[in-house]
Amino acid sequence: MTTATDTLDHHDDDHHDHKMTGIKRWLYTTNHKDIGTLYLWFSFIMLLTGGAMAMVIRAELFQPGLQIVEPDFFNQMTTVHGLIMVFGAIMPAFTGLANWMLPMMIGAPDMALPRLNNWSFWILPFAFSILLASLFMESGGPNFGWTFYAPLSTTYSNGSTAFFVFAVHIMGISSIMGAINIVVTIMNLRAPGMTYMKMPLFVWTFFITAYLLIAVMPVLAGTVTMVLTDTYFGTSFFNAAGGGDPVMFQHIFWFFGHPEVYIMILPAFGIVSTIIPAFARKQLFGYSSMVYATSSIAFLSFIVWAHHMFTTGMPLAGELFFMYCTMLIAVPTGVKVFNWVATMWQGSMTFETPMLFSVAFVILFTIGGFSGLMLAMTPVDFQYHDTYFVVAHFHYVLVTGSLFSIYAGAYYWLPKWTGHMYSEKLGKWHFWCSIISVNLLFFPMHFLGLAGMPRRIPDYALQFADFNKWVSIGGFAFGLSQLIFLVLVIKCIKGGEKAPAKPWDGAEGLEWEVPSPAPYHTFSTPPEIK
Amino acid sequence: MTTEKYESYYVPDQSHWPIVGAVALFLIAIGAGSYVANLDTGEGIGGWVLLAGIAMVIYMVFGWFSNVIDESMAGKYSAQMDNSFRQGMSWFIFSEVMFFAAFFGALLYARVFSVPWLGGAGNNLETMQVLWPEFLAAWPLTKTPDGTTTEAMGWGGLPLYNTILLLTSSFTAHFAHVALEQNKRGTLKIWLGITVLLGLAFLVLQVEEYIHAYSSMGLTLASGIYGNTFFLLTGFHGMHVTLGTIMLIVMFCRVYKGHFTPDNHFAFQAASWYWHFVDVVWVMLFVFVYIL
Repeated sequence: MTTATDTLDHHDDDHHDHKMTGIKRWLYTTNHKDIGTLYLWFSFIMLLTGGAMAMVIRAELFQPGLQIVEPDFFNQMTTVHGLIMVFGAIMPAFTGLANWMLPMMIGAPDMALPRLNNWSFWILPFAFSILLASLFMESGGPNFGWTFYAPLSTTYSNGSTAFFVFAVHIMGISSIMGAINIVVTIMNLRAPGMTYMKMPLFVWTFFITAYLLIAVMPVLAGTVTMVLTDTYFGTSFFNAAGGGDPVMFQHIFWFFGHPEVYIMILPAFGIVSTIIPAFARKQLFGYSSMVYATSSIAFLSFIVWAHHMFTTGMPLAGELFFMYCTMLIAVPTGVKVFNWVATMWQGSMTFETPMLFSVAFVILFTIGGFSGLMLAMTPVDFQYHDTYFVVAHFHYVLVTGSLFSIYAGAYYWLPKWTGHMYSEKLGKWHFWCSIISVNLLFFPMHFLGLAGMPRRIPDYALQFADFNKWVSIGGFAFGLSQLIFLVLVIKCIKGGEKAPAKPWDGAEGLEWEVPSPAPYHTFSTPPEIK
Repeated sequence: MTTEKYESYYVPDQSHWPIVGAVALFLIAIGAGSYVANLDTGEGIGGWVLLAGIAMVIYMVFGWFSNVIDESMAGKYSAQMDNSFRQGMSWFIFSEVMFFAAFFGALLYARVFSVPWLGGAGNNLETMQVLWPEFLAAWPLTKTPDGTTTEAMGWGGLPLYNTILLLTSSFTAHFAHVALEQNKRGTLKIWLGITVLLGLAFLVLQVEEYIHAYSSMGLTLASGIYGNTFFLLTGFHGMHVTLGTIMLIVMFCRVYKGHFTPDNHFAFQAASWYWHFVDVVWVMLFVFVYIL
């Protein structure tokens, strides 16, 4: 795709080559690699925190009846688990990857607005400490589901809603500023000669994702603001008695929410499109069709939001419109899956851990995509709505989709980040334990949902007991398997086999032309791209 | 190597301003959170924490921006850097547009769907007869289904004056910009000063309008979906005008200190873009909230 033709000079920039040490280095940093590292560690801590909440949920659901937690606390767990995984784990992990890799991939000295970059990160831990602290308040934390539907979040909410609202505001500010930084970096800091259609696909997907973020995070801010005024200032946006409508909440929320789910999957497409060609030792099949498919998905994401609300009693024309638009998304997504498979076709494939996670991504994300198609059909959705089928669907796309792609990316670039090769043996353990347990965890949920088990409840009818037992066992195993990754990363940082500049022989891109670990400042003068 | 052709891109040193700003936002969030949560009792120190947070944000903005201004005056910024700032500001304004879009969306949804449906439109006749048979769907919604009544704000008088003020100020801001580009510093100061005064006058009239609405029309934030959308849209717009006016005042001071050249005046440009943006939002407001 792109090659740098000049010899690269990697001396630190003379006027700011001193690195502060200790905590100040991390608090005051303007370096994209430091900030990327902060994002990645933060997201992993959040993954374990949100994961611990999932363990509480699965422990309660291990058998029918109420045994471990109160129903209200169970609701707080499902709510905060969702919020943390979406806004605390997946999105910051992608931003972390973007921070680390984008400037190196496009030959830029750093992100375009480095101080803003620092601010975008450091407000996040504060936002999540507010959210987590609300769990310990007298009234308990948010208990209305991560989608905070009115009137659960307004009329019937507990005393911590204001804290939830302001925490979400801060998360939104962080995402918007991070996204502006990504857009400006890509538009303005590409090395001379790197035209848009020469950018690595990873860069393309983050570019489009950042646009989605700038467009919809402010809508989320508006939504939570209306929830705040409805709860505390007597407005009735979501209250029919004052002329509003609770269904209006769902429209505004999902206008944010649907692009949001693509915000969490488009970067995954970029990562997988980087890794599969490297280990198939072939060029990516259909680069430009990938770009157009990503753009189409991003556009369509704005006109499908009401497929989350088929059962609210929309006019028939609305249901048909949203059903057909939703199904259209299968076309560009199918293009992508086809291209990944075509890239692997007749390639000289090897299966190091990044590739294992990527291949698993293609298969399991496709399963999540197919269950999405089933949910897209309005009449059928009447049966599936708010059941475990939906839970299975979005965990297939978010865990075996987004999270697996993040793992794939982490394994792929760990040598570049740390300068050491990770332990392939531990990596394979992590992969195989994860892939078996994650399917045990989420696949039976399809059957539970089809049989009618509703989501977000602490207890269930007896006929669901067997499946739930296996699901919980899968959940605990999957949770424990992630600790292998923690051990692997710590070992990789501490030492291990020295990594060459380019540890994967099929890898392409500017990031492999700098030594491993990548120098603190990469391109103080941009490389020429031919 | 292309070093000769390429100006180096300035990557700032470590800075302590972002973390100051992060702590400030944290104080604002917990302060506002506990203030709002204790609104009915008025207990707690939430309000003071909120004020401390706001003070800290102001301190942060001063410190951060003075660093940026010093760097800019020292000639450290290349044309590419200037471009980054411009693009950053444009996308920030776009995000603001989407923020207002959420509230305009709520307004249009209420007018096109929820209020007519409550009045029995579509297939909702039975729902209406069971819930609120007395309800009459109309816009402005001066009587809500549960019986809260209010008066509607007309478009003549204060709102019309405000429209004229703000539209004029957009022109004066543009004239100031043209004067800056032609390096006519005296003209620049006059037009910019007039713009600031027009902005302040707008805010005064807006406060006047709110007092009138609350004291003699019974139009409050809590008077049903009409009052909700009216006050949230005009209120957030008013906050943006306040911020824009502050930005223009800062630009005025910087012009007096001799900052900006015809070729290099990103901050002025950004403040002017922002001002045009609040103006466009007001025109939308005037059409959809007041006239139609």
